[in-house]
Amino acid sequence: MKRLLILIPAFNEEKSLPRVVTDVRRTMPDADLLVVNDGSRDATASVARELGVAVLSHPWNMGYGVALQTGYKYAHAQGYDLLVQIDGDGQHDPSSMADLLEPVVKDEADFVIGSRFHSSSTYRPSLARKLGMLLFRKLVSALVGQRLTDTTSGFQACNARVISYLTRDSFPCDYPDADLLILLHRAGFRIAERSVRMFADNGGQSMHSGLKPLYYVFKMFLSIGVTLLRSDRYR
Amino acid sequence: MTDNQQAFALIVCAIVFGVTIEMVRTRRLREEYSVLWLLTSCAMFFLVLRYEWLLGLTRLVGAVLPTTTVFLGALVFLLLIVIQFSMKLSRMTDQIKNLAQQNALLQREIEVLKQDGKEQEQGT
Repeated sequence: MKRLLILIPAFNEEKSLPRVVTDVRRTMPDADLLVVNDGSRDATASVARELGVAVLSHPWNMGYGVALQTGYKYAHAQGYDLLVQIDGDGQHDPSSMADLLEPVVKDEADFVIGSRFHSSSTYRPSLARKLGMLLFRKLVSALVGQRLTDTTSGFQACNARVISYLTRDSFPCDYPDADLLILLHRAGFRIAERSVRMFADNGGQSMHSGLKPLYYVFKMFLSIGVTLLRSDRYR
Repeated sequence: MTDNQQAFALIVCAIVFGVTIEMVRTRRLREEYSVLWLLTSCAMFFLVLRYEWLLGLTRLVGAVLPTTTVFLGALVFLLLIVIQFSMKLSRMTDQIKNLAQQNALLQREIEVLKQDGKEQEQGT
């Protein structure tokens, strides 16, 4: 029996976390849950503990990517075979987790992205974000040699080899999106994509607000460029 | 270069060198950060002492005045210092991130151990 960890990075998610945890448990009753509390100012950590979930707390807010890597390090140390990451704000539909995991369980892929561009999805990004997503989708698809429709999705699944690889310092903690996919492809991992349901923005604070989108585009191009210049094979 | 200008420049170089050594001695500055300061103050000292070397360097870099060469040298020095600090900051950011992650993982281990201890106590 393979051990599965559901990783939920959370920053100020005390309101949405109970529903996410309940839904995840209902969908995957045998899986272990881990909430990485990324220096929340609200009661995220205590809410998660009351729900009986394993909690790792950062001493201060270090960002989404660092929270994910803390989860990978935990999964690696505890010897988990499979990992699904799902956002703590309730935008991802946990009922899609089985579909997401299928290629990894069948050993058809090492890393699976949950694509939000699905007919049943109520996710409607802004025009600017849509254009950015389109740009990186085309770029990543060309670089990895396969069609990927959603390179910025945080709904993902992977196996133990990918978990181990992502614990390294080469993991791009600063917005791990398109550059992560290229990094994994160049490291020799098999990437797949499955359709998932994603709900409309629930009004929480976006990590892409203010001038951050400009920095995001700059960082992503730089990161993709230097990733292509590195040789960082896993096997 | 007048004698006064030369004397002033030599004194400044000697002070920078002396202060840097003193800060390393009193452990207020680490050796690795003192290298650029010591090298620059030494280089400036000898260029001022042997003025013909500064003139030669000025011809080499294509500058018109020796003072331009000195300012150019100062700019390059500051640039190197900033690059060194940026590299160090990047490394320290990674180290702090790894420490904070390690801290979170250890905290969790302590919680689990405490919980196990409580359960064992209740069982006996």
